[in-house]
Amino acid sequence: MNDDYAIEMIGITKAFPGVLANDRVSLRVRPNSIHALLGENGAGKSTLMSILFGMYRPDAGIVRVGGRDVTIRDPNDATALGIGMVHQHFKLVRAFTAAENVVLGAEPRTKDGSLDLATAEERVAALSERYGLDVDPRGRVESMSVGAQQRLEILKLLYRDADTLILDEPTAVLRPQEVDDLLGIMRRLKAEGKTIILITHKLREISETAERCTILRRGRVAGDVDVAAVTESDLAALMVGRNVDFSVRKGPANPGKVVLSVENLSVRDDKGVERVRDLSLDVRAGEILGIAGVDGNGQGELVEAIVGLRPAASGRILIGGTDATKATVRERILLGVGHVPEDRRKHGLIAEFRLDENLALKSFREEPYSNRFGFIDRKATAARASVLIERFDVRAGEGPATLAGSMSGGNQQKAILAREIDGAPALLVVSQPTRGLDVGAIEYVHERIVAERDAGRAVLLVSFELDEILALCDRIAAISRGAIAGIVDAADADERRIGAMMAGAADPGAPTAAAAKPAAAAKPAAAGRSAGSKKAPATEKSSGGSQSAKATRKANFTKNPSGGKRRKNAGNAGEER
Amino acid sequence: MNRKLPLGDKVLDAFVESRAAVSVLVVALGFACGTVLVLAVGRNPAGMYAGILQTLSGWDLTRGTWNARYIGEWIATSMPLVLCGLSMAFAARTGLFNIGAEGQYIAGLTAAQFVALLGPGIPGLHWALALAAAVAAGAAWGAIAGALKARFEVSEVVATIMLNYVAFFLSRWMTGLIPGANTYRTPDFPLTARLDDAFLRSITNGSRLNIGLWFTIGSVLVFWLLMERTRAGFALRATGFNREAARAAGISVRSATAASMAVSGAFAGLAGAVVALGSFSYGRVLGGLDNYGFDGIAVALVGGSTAFGTAAAGLLFGMLSSARPLMQSRGIPKEIALIISGLVVVFVSLRAAFKAAGDLMAARTAAAAASTGSENPEIEGGAA
Repeated sequence: MNDDYAIEMIGITKAFPGVLANDRVSLRVRPNSIHALLGENGAGKSTLMSILFGMYRPDAGIVRVGGRDVTIRDPNDATALGIGMVHQHFKLVRAFTAAENVVLGAEPRTKDGSLDLATAEERVAALSERYGLDVDPRGRVESMSVGAQQRLEILKLLYRDADTLILDEPTAVLRPQEVDDLLGIMRRLKAEGKTIILITHKLREISETAERCTILRRGRVAGDVDVAAVTESDLAALMVGRNVDFSVRKGPANPGKVVLSVENLSVRDDKGVERVRDLSLDVRAGEILGIAGVDGNGQGELVEAIVGLRPAASGRILIGGTDATKATVRERILLGVGHVPEDRRKHGLIAEFRLDENLALKSFREEPYSNRFGFIDRKATAARASVLIERFDVRAGEGPATLAGSMSGGNQQKAILAREIDGAPALLVVSQPTRGLDVGAIEYVHERIVAERDAGRAVLLVSFELDEILALCDRIAAISRGAIAGIVDAADADERRIGAMMAGAADPGAPTAAAAKPAAAAKPAAAGRSAGSKKAPATEKSSGGSQSAKATRKANFTKNPSGGKRRKNAGNAGEER
Repeated sequence: MNRKLPLGDKVLDAFVESRAAVSVLVVALGFACGTVLVLAVGRNPAGMYAGILQTLSGWDLTRGTWNARYIGEWIATSMPLVLCGLSMAFAARTGLFNIGAEGQYIAGLTAAQFVALLGPGIPGLHWALALAAAVAAGAAWGAIAGALKARFEVSEVVATIMLNYVAFFLSRWMTGLIPGANTYRTPDFPLTARLDDAFLRSITNGSRLNIGLWFTIGSVLVFWLLMERTRAGFALRATGFNREAARAAGISVRSATAASMAVSGAFAGLAGAVVALGSFSYGRVLGGLDNYGFDGIAVALVGGSTAFGTAAAGLLFGMLSSARPLMQSRGIPKEIALIISGLVVVFVSLRAAFKAAGDLMAARTAAAAASTGSENPEIEGGAA
């Protein structure tokens, strides 16, 4: 037992206020292996690894390294024990060369005590050579690609004689080719005798590299499996646990007149790249139109153009029959546009403002919240906030006076929904409304959106979760490379058909070749998506990305025993962040 | 918050909201260090506190006399500090760093001097016009930087620093054109332009305390009302905290930026007039910077950029400045007062560091509580 494992974490429990992040979690990692730690966002992976790396102390549990009980007080202890971690956000000095970054804090010195840069570069070059990291010791970090920076981070750990390398979602920031390079490097590291703990929620990385996989779910170990003995869908099922019910009780839609009309719209991103191309669509009162697509296919720019945060390069946007193409955000709000933004912390709320101030963020100019002399009536805003808190079940410790930043993501989202719905918009534009929310909040948000539809509002829903689109929408438009590939009624839609359109197939309907080969196409999926989400110029890749994303999904869905559209998409969990 | 409370408690509340308790602690720490320093140079710290007491209350313990003039001088010295602090604070609350209070102060001072020398000598109206001109000039000077920022994304830091020089040399050149001006002064102001007030002068035994007092108090109240209670202030604060969210909510970030810099400049411009017409009987061809604008940065920092906090901090810095000669007469090196001011600013900055550390802890906890698989808590906290 003692010599069998490089790392043993036994019965680790760690509680944070209100959350049991790790509940008697055990993890055993064999030396010279690649061990995956799989779980959805919030499953407790990061907490567990933070404990191993000394950033947190566990409330209970034992950590053993190489068979010895150890106490890891801080990352220095971890380093001394041969444990290194590559964080998602790199810790590099941009103005330094690779070699300078690597030796920083452990510099080789010449006899007179000055920095021995030549030796440093030599050692870095040797390490780079040995592990196939392809890092130029004299290259400056600021001129390196993200992939090279990541390899440099790995090199830093190797320089400090790390035996166990923790990689925290290493592929999230990489482009497709870089992902393949990285997986190759991981195998090489293993061949050279290193042990790797791979934190991920991408199934393909696990099946391609790892021997064992520990699955966490809601702070507990949901499984510890031999990767060779299971399928990706087994892993997905373990990760998600009981299938989340994404289905929403809703009656048939009663579409009324057109509220939003987008005509031949083109939109450019900040770099001037055209992200929405000649796109047209209509949304009617009393219906939910879903925009299905892989992240980075122009959804963000489309939404920003509709709500007025980004100018249209060409085309027209009509809201309630009025040409709003050149209207300001404010004018569009007055035309009846409500917006639940994708990034709620960036666009939705002001963290330093009280909840009542946030709820009044769009209405503070109006009676009764402010009078004609320009003064705000704080009683009125607080009173309205109390009503909305009650009606939308926003859990806020200090009621209207709660600082928005102190609230949980789900309650923040409820608050935003409350504000936008309270504005009684004619058009509700909703982007990724359930990202990062727990199951209860997801169901609540979905019910509210359907309720708004039934109240006669036009709803435009953008989501990267196909299940969410299928569950909520009355009509579904698939977006691919900034253009609508096709619009179908939800009644005629299934994953296969939408997936084919998301991949850029012009003709919806028959399953395409792409749909038929799930596993092969699976690999660029995750990376294509992350490249898109970073707003990298990923347009040319998005086709491959979307195709394979769909294919991955298909792989999971077809193998999932319960079938239908009733599970939270496991294979695609990577999208959530 | 709790609007059933009596007024006194409300004021107290406002102080607590501005983390006044911490501020007081920070100031006390500054004085403690000052005391140690005085001891270290072999003097009696009692002299320092006696000087401070005399500034604050007029009591001269050495001679056992009382003279209200010291109180008047203290408040008169504090007025431009408070006003320049408000200038800095207003911009800061909108997310802008106005280093240009000095230039806006000079713009106001120059405009006030012009109106004082060339305006209509009607009692009551004359100085009022001069103050109005100063406010307008300061606002305009601030608005230049604001407009550059709003329109062309020019950093307000760079723009205001440069505009400080422009204001300084423009002021020198223009004031030199006034008939009868020599290289360092203009002819005397007519009495109708002076801010002297017989009443204030009499109750403070002939100090420089003047009508500017009422305008300073008024400015503090206007700042508070505007920032905390009006639609405009709401939009400005929203912009200051999160420009993107403000924009998404339909608030025009551009006009908020320009307006904020203009209001910020107005406070500094008023400070210029209060000094020009309150402390001097003639117009100055500036030979150097008065530095009230730069001191305002420290005042706003110590005051937490709130109205009342800034007022209190302005009084503190004014006190240290007024107490300097009194300390010196008691054998305390006059640099000690400057060191204490400096230490207070350093400790306030440390307070910000403490807060940042606290935020980091909170962010770690939050990140871990959410325990999002992809987030590295340490980095998240660092970014926050």
